[in-house]
Amino acid sequence: MTPESTILAAICLPLAGALAIGLAGRVSANLRESVTMVTAGTLAWLVWSLLPTLMAGGRPAVEVSEVMPGLSIAFRVEPLGMLFAALASGLWIVNSIYSIGYMRGNKEKNQTRFFVCFALALSATMGVAFAGNLFTLFLFYELLTLSTYPLVSHKGDAATVRSARVYLGVLLTTSIGLFLPAIIWTYAVAGTGDFVLGGILAGNLGDPEVGLLLALFVFGIGKAAVMPVHRWLPAAMVAPTPVSALLHAVAVVKAGVFAITKIIVYVFGIDFLFASPSSGWLLYVAVFTILAASLVALRQTNIKRLLAYSTIAQLSYVVMAAAILKPLAEVGAAIHIVAHAFGKITLFFAAGAIYVASKKTEIYQLKGIGRRMPWTMTAFTIGALSMIGVPPTAGFVSKWYILAGAFQADNLVAVFTIIASTVLNAAYFLPILYMAWFAREESGGKEHGEAPFAAVLALTITAVLTLAFFLFNGPVIDLESQVVRGLN
Amino acid sequence: MKLLELLGYFNYWVFAITLVIGLYAVISKANLIKKLIGLSIFQSAVFLMYITMDKVEGGTAPIIQAGVEDQIYSNPLPQVLILTAIVVGVSTLALGLAIVVRINERYGTIEEHEILDAD
Amino acid sequence: MLSAPLIILLQPRGLAWAGATAVALLSFAIAVALTIAVLGGQTQVYAMGGWPAPYGIELAVDSFSALVLLVVTGAGAGALLAARPSIDQQIEHQRQPLFYSAWLLAMSGLAGIVVAADAFNIFVFMEISSLASYVLIAGGPDRRALPAVFKYLIMGTIGATFYLIGVGLIYMMTGTLNLADMEARLGDVTELNPILVAAGFITIGLALKAAVFPLHVWLPNAYTQAPHMITVFLAACATKVAIYVLIRFDYMVFQAKLDDHEAQFALFLMPLAILGILVASAVAMFEGHLKRLLATSSVAQIGYILLGASFVSESGLAASAMHIFNHALAKGGLFLAVACLAFHYSDLRLDQLGGAAKRMPFTCAALVVCGFSLIGIPGTAGFISKWLLITAALETGPMGWLLVAVILVSSLMAVVYIWRIVEKLYFGAPDQDDIAVSEAPLQLLLVTWLVALLNIGFGLFPTVPLTLANASATVLMGYSG
Repeated sequence: MTPESTILAAICLPLAGALAIGLAGRVSANLRESVTMVTAGTLAWLVWSLLPTLMAGGRPAVEVSEVMPGLSIAFRVEPLGMLFAALASGLWIVNSIYSIGYMRGNKEKNQTRFFVCFALALSATMGVAFAGNLFTLFLFYELLTLSTYPLVSHKGDAATVRSARVYLGVLLTTSIGLFLPAIIWTYAVAGTGDFVLGGILAGNLGDPEVGLLLALFVFGIGKAAVMPVHRWLPAAMVAPTPVSALLHAVAVVKAGVFAITKIIVYVFGIDFLFASPSSGWLLYVAVFTILAASLVALRQTNIKRLLAYSTIAQLSYVVMAAAILKPLAEVGAAIHIVAHAFGKITLFFAAGAIYVASKKTEIYQLKGIGRRMPWTMTAFTIGALSMIGVPPTAGFVSKWYILAGAFQADNLVAVFTIIASTVLNAAYFLPILYMAWFAREESGGKEHGEAPFAAVLALTITAVLTLAFFLFNGPVIDLESQVVRGLN
Repeated sequence: MKLLELLGYFNYWVFAITLVIGLYAVISKANLIKKLIGLSIFQSAVFLMYITMDKVEGGTAPIIQAGVEDQIYSNPLPQVLILTAIVVGVSTLALGLAIVVRINERYGTIEEHEILDAD
Repeated sequence: MLSAPLIILLQPRGLAWAGATAVALLSFAIAVALTIAVLGGQTQVYAMGGWPAPYGIELAVDSFSALVLLVVTGAGAGALLAARPSIDQQIEHQRQPLFYSAWLLAMSGLAGIVVAADAFNIFVFMEISSLASYVLIAGGPDRRALPAVFKYLIMGTIGATFYLIGVGLIYMMTGTLNLADMEARLGDVTELNPILVAAGFITIGLALKAAVFPLHVWLPNAYTQAPHMITVFLAACATKVAIYVLIRFDYMVFQAKLDDHEAQFALFLMPLAILGILVASAVAMFEGHLKRLLATSSVAQIGYILLGASFVSESGLAASAMHIFNHALAKGGLFLAVACLAFHYSDLRLDQLGGAAKRMPFTCAALVVCGFSLIGIPGTAGFISKWLLITAALETGPMGWLLVAVILVSSLMAVVYIWRIVEKLYFGAPDQDDIAVSEAPLQLLLVTWLVALLNIGFGLFPTVPLTLANASATVLMGYSG
C-alpha cells in the first residue's frame, strides 16, 4: 500500500468500522466487540506502517478535494502528526480491551452506540493528526467534538445532559468564536492555510497582530484546556471512564495541544514567533494554568475530577514547552504528549476499575484498597509517579527534556514552574498512594476483589508502557528531532 | 414653486392623499373588512398615479383610426399595466374576502383584537 | 403554469399529485438545462412573441437567475415528491387537486419572477405567486392559519403595491420597463429625486415581501400555520426570490447611475440586516414551538443574505448568492424533518417532543444533519456560505471585525437553538416508556434524507453552486459604470 492510500485508509477505516460495529451490535455483543478489536488493530497496523517512511524523512501527502479555490481537504503526515496518530491508534486497542471489561462489568446500556461513536471519534482523530492545512484540521476538530458528545452524554440523565451541554458549549463557542476567525484571518493574510515548516506568516503579519492571532488560536482550541477555556474538562467527567481515558489520554485533549503545537511550528514558525515580542504572553498563560490547576486539584475529593485538573495542568506543560520556542523544549513538548498519555490513561483505567469493582468514587474511600486490588493500585502508583516525574517512568523523560529546553532558553520562569508543579503533583498524589497502601480499611465496607479481567489487563499494559517508555524512547526522540533540525 | 404650478399637480395630490388614507385604514382599523377596503383605496391611488403620468396634453384614447394622421395619443402602456394591476387587485380582494368569510366561520368575529384574544 | 388548471381535473388525488410532481420535475430539469447553458457563459434571452426588446417583453436568464431558478424548481419538485403522505394527513381529500394546482401556480409565479427581464412582469408574477401562496397557507389545519394568512396578504399586497409605485416612478423618468434598458436610460435622467424615491419604494416593498427586519412580522405565523410541506416549499424559496429582485434591481438598475449608491444601499440595509440577524436569532433561542423557532431562524438567515449584498463587493454578493442556495437546502431539510415528526406528534411544541429520537431515529438524525448545516459546521453546505460571508466581511475594512463578530455570535446563537431541539429530541422524557420505532412514511423519509445528504455533499463539493454564485457576483457588479 502506498503511503498516500494508507493515509486515506486510516481515516476511512474507523468510519467503516463504525458501520460494521453498528450492524454487528444487532447480532451479538461478542461479535460487536470482535469487530471493534479488529478495527482498532487494523488501524494501528495501518498507521504504524507509515513509520518507516517518516523516520527516513518522507512526508507523504494526499489531497482529497478542493472545496473552494485555495481551500482544500488535504492530508500531510509529518513527525508531530505521526506521533499523535500512532499514539491514538495504539492506545485505542488497549482502550477497547478496557471498555469491554468496564462496560460489561458495569452493565451499561446502549453499548453499541458507545462503540460506534468511539470509532467515529477515532476517525476524526486520525483526520486531525494527518491534516495538511488549517481547514482540514478545523473540519476534523469539529467532527471530533460532535462525535464525542454522545459519548460524554452517554448516561442520559439530567445531570449528565447538563454537563454535556457545558462540554459542547465551551468547545463549540471557542471553536466557532475564536478558532474559526483565526483560521480565516490566516487564510486572508497568508493566502494559504497549508502547514509548512517554518510557518506561513513570516512577512505577512506585523507584530501586535501576531500576538492577537496567537491568542485567538490558543483560546480557540478549547480542547487544549488552557485557562479560562478549561471548564469543559471537569464537566466531561460524567462520561463513563473509558471515555474519560479516551478524552484525557488519546484523542480529545491531545488533539488540542497537538493542534496548538502544530500551529506554532507549522503556521507561525518557531523562529518567527520567537522574534515577535507580542507572543511572550503564551508562556505566562501556560504557567498560570499549570499552577492554578494544580492548586485546584489539591482540593478535589472526587478521583476523576482530581485527575481532570491534573490533566489541565499537564496539558499546559505541553503548551509551556512549546512556548519556550527552543528546539529541546519543542521535542520535550512532543514527548510529553506521549508520556502524559501513557500515565494518565493508566490512572483513569485504575479509577474506572475501582468504580466497577467497588462503586467508589471519592478519594477518602480508598483507604486500604491496595490490598484488595493490588494490580489496579500498582498501576495507579506507576501512573502517579509518572505524573510527578519520578524515574523510571515516562514522565521523567519528558520533564527532563522540557527542563533542558527551559535552561537552554534561560527561562527561569519555566524552570521554577516545573519544580513547583512537581511539588504540587506530589502533594496531591502521594496522600492517595499512602492511603491506598498503608491505611487500614474502614469497616463495614463492601467486600470486593479485583476489577474484571479485561480492565486489569488493559491497565497493566499501559502501566508497563509507562515504564517501558523510560527505557525505549529513542525512536520517538529521533522522529521529533526531525522537526527541529536546522533550527538554532 | 408657484401656487398655480402646485395646483397643477392636482392629480398627484389626490394620489398622495388617497395613498395615505388607504394605508391608515389598513393599519389602524380593527375590522378586517375595513382593512381590505383600505387596501383597495391604497391600490386605487397607485392606479391613479399611473394613469396620470400617461395622459398626454391633448391626447386622446390610443386607438389608431384609419385615415386619421397626426393624432396625439395618450401613452397606452401604463393603461395596459393598470388593467393588469386592477385585475391583480380584484383577485387579491376576492381572496381576502374569502379568507375573512372563513375567519368569521371559525372565529365568529371579524374584529382583529377579538381574534387575537381568542387564540 | 398552464398545467395548473388541468390538475384540478385530475380527480383521484393520487393522480393530481402525480401530475403536479411530474410537472415540477420537468421544470427542474429545464432549470438544470438552463444552468448548464448559463455556466457556459451565455445569458439566455428570449423575446416573447418575437417582439424585440425594449418594445416586447423579454425573458432573460443569467447566472444569478439560474441559481435562484434551480432553488425554486428544486424546492418545488423536492417538496412535491415528498408531499403526498403529509398532504394526505393535513388537507381534505377532495380539496387536494385544487391544492396541487395552486402549488403549481405558486411555483410558476416564482419561476416567472426569476426569468422576467422587465419590471412589470416581475410584479405580475410576484402577485401570481403571492396569491397562490396565500391559498396554500390558508390550507393549514389550524384555524390560526387564517389570521396568519390575512396578515401576510395585507402586508404582501402593500409591499407589492409599493413596488408598483416605484416602478411607475421610474417609468415616468425613463420611459421603459425593461431592466436592461432602464439601466441604459437612467444615464440620461437629469432629475434624480424621483429615482431616489422610486428606489426607496421598491426597496421597502420588496423588503416587506422578503421579511427583512423589521417588516418580517408576517413570517413566523404564516410559516408556522401553513401545512408542513408548504412551509418546506416557501421557506426554501419564497422570500429568497424577493431578495433576488431587490438585489437585481439595485445592482442592475441603480448602481451606476446613483451617486452614493454604495453608501445609501449599505448604510440603509446593513444595520437592518444586522438587527435582523441578531434579534431573530435571539428570539429563536427562546421559542417554544418547533416550527416557529425554525421560521424565526429563517428571518435571521435572510439577514445574512442581505448582509452579504450590502457589502457592495463581489465577494459579498457571491456569499449572498451561495447562502440563498445553501439555506434553501438546510431549511428545506429541517422543515421536511418537521413534516416527518408531525406524523406522530400532532403538537409540535418542543416540550411535547421529548424523546422523539427513540421513536423516529432516522428523522431526528436528518434533522441534526440539517441543523449542523444551519449552524455552519464544516463539512456542510452552511459552512461554505458562512466562510464566504466572513471573508467578504473582512474585506470591508476595519469595520469588518464587527461584522465578523455579529456573524459568529449569531452562529453561536444558532448552536443554542438547534441544540435545544436536539436535546429535547434525544434526551427529553418521552410521554410513555418502551416506544417502538415507528418512522414517517418512506416517501417522506427518503426525500428528507436526500436533502440532508445534499447538505453534506454540497458542503464537501460545492463547485457547481459556487461557480454560479461567483458568476452572479461578477455579473451584478459588472453593471457598475
